[in-house]
Amino acid sequence: MPPQANTRARSVGANTSAPPAVATRPVAKQRMETDPSSTVFKLEDLSVYYGSFRAVRNVSMSIPQRQITAFIGPSGCGKTTMLRCLNRMNDLVEIARVEGRVLYHGVDLYDERVNPVEVRRRIGMVFQKPNPFPKSIYDNITFGPKVAGVKGNLDEIVERSLRRAALWDEVKDRLKDSAMGLSGGQQQRLCIARALAVDPEVILMDEPCSALDPIATGRIEDLMEEIKTDYTIVIVTHNMQQAARVSDMCAFFTAEVNDHSDTRTGILVEVDRTETMFSNPQDERTESYVTGRFG
Amino acid sequence: MIGTSPATYAPEAVRKSLQGRQRDIKGFAFRAGLLAALLVTVALLAVLISDVVSGGWSVLSTRPIDFLTGSLSSSAATAGIGQGLRGTFFIAVFVVLVAFPVGVGAAIYLEEYAPHTRFTRLIDVNIRNLAGVPSVVYGILGFAIFVKALGAFTGPNANGRTVISAGLTLAILVLPIVIITSAEAVRAVPDSLREAGFGVGATRWEVIRSHVLPYAGPGILTGTVLALARALGEAAPLILVGATTGFLSGGDSYRLTSLQDKFTAMPMIIYNWAGRPQPGFKAATAAAIVILLAVVLMANATAILLRNRYEKRR
Repeated sequence: MPPQANTRARSVGANTSAPPAVATRPVAKQRMETDPSSTVFKLEDLSVYYGSFRAVRNVSMSIPQRQITAFIGPSGCGKTTMLRCLNRMNDLVEIARVEGRVLYHGVDLYDERVNPVEVRRRIGMVFQKPNPFPKSIYDNITFGPKVAGVKGNLDEIVERSLRRAALWDEVKDRLKDSAMGLSGGQQQRLCIARALAVDPEVILMDEPCSALDPIATGRIEDLMEEIKTDYTIVIVTHNMQQAARVSDMCAFFTAEVNDHSDTRTGILVEVDRTETMFSNPQDERTESYVTGRFG
Repeated sequence: MIGTSPATYAPEAVRKSLQGRQRDIKGFAFRAGLLAALLVTVALLAVLISDVVSGGWSVLSTRPIDFLTGSLSSSAATAGIGQGLRGTFFIAVFVVLVAFPVGVGAAIYLEEYAPHTRFTRLIDVNIRNLAGVPSVVYGILGFAIFVKALGAFTGPNANGRTVISAGLTLAILVLPIVIITSAEAVRAVPDSLREAGFGVGATRWEVIRSHVLPYAGPGILTGTVLALARALGEAAPLILVGATTGFLSGGDSYRLTSLQDKFTAMPMIIYNWAGRPQPGFKAATAAAIVILLAVVLMANATAILLRNRYEKRR
């Protein structure tokens, strides 16, 4: 087992054994860092519809630069929907529609002059299930740079991306082999390397560890810590320990049942520094979720 | 009932209980029924093949080259299928050149670009229905369009009754099949693959070219070749388009200009010879069937080989 897995195991223990603090003392209303220069995304009153069904409503929040922001909450509360708004991946769902604004460095991503392809070059994505292309490891990494028109040394990009994703040593002798032969954890790190290869500013991660075992999960988490010095990361996770371990900021979503129909709409309950969210949440729904009383 | 009574844990009782119900009669009957269905199919095929091979053996064994290259004739002893093979070959060329690009293109548009409206659903349903339209109807369509209306292009010297008309008619006949099978192959490409492509900033065209088509390729190929096999075996449209059955001069050339001459094709020869009373044509018909089956089999085998090769690269 590599050394990083050991440290991971320790930190997991440290986090899970910490008793949840009781949130009773009064707190200041605005505790978020709101330095505008370090804000990458600013969501303004964002609602997402699938046809006539409103999946998420009225979300307003900021996502800081070079930090890890986690979206947590129970199933069906719109975390993934929210995440996929941030690089216009929801465009691929024909019936999806967005109201409100997603400001990326002050530019509304849903402005009709914005090209979603350019958006996704700057804002990469790692998906829930590892989805490498059924091609060689090398081709997986180079596809992004190639379509971006990179003319430089692709070998160098491959090595740099794979090193960054802590996968280089494991695959450097079989770059021409199919990516489908890698283990699940390796495939997911390859997907991270593939996202890094186009040199994005932001990486969106949609439950990147949900299909992985704890050791592979630990590696991905270490990797996130490591790359956040250069990248802004937004991660959706079902795993509260994971949110507590890796994230700097935390946004808690929940679902409210609509009166007139049997549908549920996601709402943003609270967003704050992660340690505050877990030790001293303001909303009692957050508190019951992070202490494991529901969800 | 398995309760908590200690008696049910006695070794003897456990053994009896575990070894019970050994005869699964219904399951056995079901399996036997399935096997019977398979055997009927195989037996029918075996009868068909042994019948035509034994029927045509006298021709295939005594004068194989002569039979394969010879021309149509009223004498069974000298009649050959060279002109039919040539016609069938050019029909295959037209089907591949016309039905393949048009069909695959339509399928990709339907699956990857078209909005999912009621109108596209209507088109989709109609294409499925077109695949079930009897081939004789396509023959009439081909006659009206390619023989009559466009006869000046398809065959000015042969009243439009040429292999061009036949090839285009059969291409239209199999077009719905190509579209349906290609669309299904494209639909079978997992969305996660498309998302992976879009996620690194590829355009839709780049995603389709680099990921969707390579993944769907083997399925598209299989569907297309199956459609081709169907086209090669159709006789009814050839009758309507006007394939020659009697004497055919000059129809044994592979020159491109000969495409505008009168023609014949394998199914037409089989259909015509089968109706002739002279005893020699019975064997010739069987021999022609064997050759047509071999041609179709070769086309299918090529498709399977290609598919296996591409699937390995995944």
